Amino acid sequence: MAALGRACLLLALAVCVYGIGASVYGVRTGRLEFSESGRRSVYALAGILTVAFAVLEVAFLNNDFAFNTVADTSSRTTPTFYKAAAVWSSQEGSLLLWAWLLSLWSSLVLFLTRARMRDVAAYATAILLGFGGFFVSLMIFYANPFQTTHPAPVEGAGLDPLLRFPTMMIHPPMLYSGYTLCTIPLAFGMGALLARRVDAEWIRAIRRFAFAAWFFLGIGILLGARWSYSELGWGGYWGWDAVENASLMPWLTGTAFLHSLMIQEKRGMLKVWNVSLVLATGTLAIMGTFLVRSGVLNSIHAFGGATLGVPFVTLIAVLVAASIYLVVSRRDMLRSEHRLDSLLSRESAFLANNLVLVALCFVIFWGTYFPLISEALTGKEASVGPPWFDRYTVPLALILVLLSGIGPAIAWRRATLANARRNFAVPLLSALLTLIVLLFAGVRDKPFAIAMFCCAAFVSGSISQEFFRGMRARGAMAHEAPLVALVALVKRNRRRYGGYIVHIGIAVLFVGVAASSSFQHASELGLSPGQSTRVDAYTVRYVRPTASVTPDYDSASTQGGRELSAVLRSEPGVTLAPDSARTGASLSLGAVLDVSKNGHHVTTLRPSEGYYDSGDPTQGSVGHFIGGQPVSHVALNAGVTRDVWSAIAPDIETPQLKRIIALGNKTLPFIRPGEGIVAIAVMAGAYMQHPPQAQFHFIVSPLVMWIWIGGLIVTGGAMIAIWPAPSAVRRRVAARSRARAAHGLVRA
Amino acid sequence: MDLLIAILTLVLLAVVILVISAPLRVARRAGGIVISGEQTAEDRAELQAAREAKYREIRDAELDYRTGKLSQEDYSLVDGTLRAEAVEILDRLAALGGDAPEDT
Repeated sequence: MAALGRACLLLALAVCVYGIGASVYGVRTGRLEFSESGRRSVYALAGILTVAFAVLEVAFLNNDFAFNTVADTSSRTTPTFYKAAAVWSSQEGSLLLWAWLLSLWSSLVLFLTRARMRDVAAYATAILLGFGGFFVSLMIFYANPFQTTHPAPVEGAGLDPLLRFPTMMIHPPMLYSGYTLCTIPLAFGMGALLARRVDAEWIRAIRRFAFAAWFFLGIGILLGARWSYSELGWGGYWGWDAVENASLMPWLTGTAFLHSLMIQEKRGMLKVWNVSLVLATGTLAIMGTFLVRSGVLNSIHAFGGATLGVPFVTLIAVLVAASIYLVVSRRDMLRSEHRLDSLLSRESAFLANNLVLVALCFVIFWGTYFPLISEALTGKEASVGPPWFDRYTVPLALILVLLSGIGPAIAWRRATLANARRNFAVPLLSALLTLIVLLFAGVRDKPFAIAMFCCAAFVSGSISQEFFRGMRARGAMAHEAPLVALVALVKRNRRRYGGYIVHIGIAVLFVGVAASSSFQHASELGLSPGQSTRVDAYTVRYVRPTASVTPDYDSASTQGGRELSAVLRSEPGVTLAPDSARTGASLSLGAVLDVSKNGHHVTTLRPSEGYYDSGDPTQGSVGHFIGGQPVSHVALNAGVTRDVWSAIAPDIETPQLKRIIALGNKTLPFIRPGEGIVAIAVMAGAYMQHPPQAQFHFIVSPLVMWIWIGGLIVTGGAMIAIWPAPSAVRRRVAARSRARAAHGLVRA
Repeated sequence: MDLLIAILTLVLLAVVILVISAPLRVARRAGGIVISGEQTAEDRAELQAAREAKYREIRDAELDYRTGKLSQEDYSLVDGTLRAEAVEILDRLAALGGDAPEDT
């Protein structure tokens, strides 16, 4: 089947080249049949890449190790759940996922705009096919997912244990959807500039896609943070890692665009700014993809050591040069149609919000690329850490949250000071009350956290007031009960009230970030069974160790499996597969921890560390079973007010345990893996009988749950805002407005 | 297996060619795709978009007024301006023959 996959890639490249030519020829000569043919090339590309992706997915699920990428990132012992996701864990597979998602989203936008803006859409088609062709070329010439080896290896290396986590099934597709969706506004923005049609129509055509890009990127970022918190043994959700930052930057400029596009739609203003934001967002999305694949910056998320730097740098240089040229050469037609009526207006608040978001993006850009800049200027690589980022991003985040409460309370076009005073009374009172409560509670030594809580209270007051007043106005106009009026209000003003819900979610999220980072208690120490330690107000006691051994999933009914069962019966405390985290670890060692507060039992935690098969024969017939990268499986007691987080690093380097492995390596042959795993079970039994001191990491963080709740609120609000109004309702509303406009004219 | 893959590849190629070349074949039979009044239709679409945006602005201003963000005086001023702008758009749309049939 690899041949079919390779044929698909070649066909896809040919389709891209043809589609670009047909689209440009069609729009240049006015021959619509060629533009139409170019558009259909995108549909064809989507179909071809769907076949290619299916071929690779089937290869993973069938353990077809003739495919190099399957042999490198999967194995027979990798649970099926993770085999399906392993496709995008490799450089090659993730490139295919990128190109496939791009083709799907491009097909959707071109289908929806098939009867509109034919000239803009034709240029956009060519640009989207250009991106598609670029990624397909990368696969053909640099990282082919359909490359094979004959004879095929009997076993693969297995999926990186760090990626064996449920959200990893969905995190990359979400992130890549966000990245690929970012290229759609870019393509239409460039198309509008090329076609010299820079009115609001192209913005109207891509508005939902810009929103979708923001939405998917946001979900991807949040899932990544959740993975970091729940899977990585350091206990944090955001480390200002280069790849994390790379996904945040287009999200920030995308957020700015979603606000400023309303000003262009309503007032015909900020055309240069909007088109620049769109081009910057698309370029940053490509740069994010470049960072993961080029190996230029170190990151736990990057594929590393790859050779895709030069093609990506070339693409980015072309994008930046083309963007600058197009904006400068079309500056006359990008002039604003109106000016700001008043500095005290929602437009002004949006402008301020845009400046803060772009400033945040710039700070993160500088910090992320500083190692490269430093190396280029001084010849020495230097990097900046979280304290540097915090110094600049925390004040900007405070202003941003504050603005998300100010904007909704000000009217479009103009507002008077008297109105502003009345509209800000409730939000200010909320902030003041919060401050008083915090001071009375003795929270005084964390000024930034206190400021964030007050800003969040300000936002809550502002948005609650908006909902209440809107509901009251709607109820009075339509004679509806409050709840009915509230639902009708939101349904008829989805963008406005969906956006307000997003603001609330952002405020909740930032409260979680501020509280968990400012008031965290952490402890790292070694404990033996029976010993206790104190973290914040909690006492954590190491009750007993745990051990589980996972044989080859296929061997449970074989001779080796029966031998293993017999040995385990004689090893008290050691359990047979599957491992607690169900990630396919050969051996899992952990602990039972009793957590209490003021003498009362709070929870029981069971952190563990998984040891994986390295597949490396040099580690011996037994040693290879646990020779892979050990992965911490965090145990967490999460609550609305606080999380108790724990991780364990057991000591398996004791002389006794090492002796068992060495003896097994010396006496057991490779050809009988069932006996090798029996030796691992014996080792686990020895560990249980004489448990050495284990290293523990405990963290008690307040309000971490608020980050995830805030994310869910943002998601809910975004879905309300993005959901299209039923066409019938839209027509009715438009007709009513038309009638009202006419009525108003008659009055005038 | 090789034969099956070759057949699958050829089928895929044939489908792709059929999909992509369909507009060219249609155009050849009809002597080229001509959409009459293309410019007018695009101008109309642009004005319709502007009209919808203006209606949304009028609704937003009303909501701002009813939720206490605009004073009576400011609302009258903003509303009057918006309605005048709406009339200008409606006039330009009427000059193009009004809404296309599917939009009415």
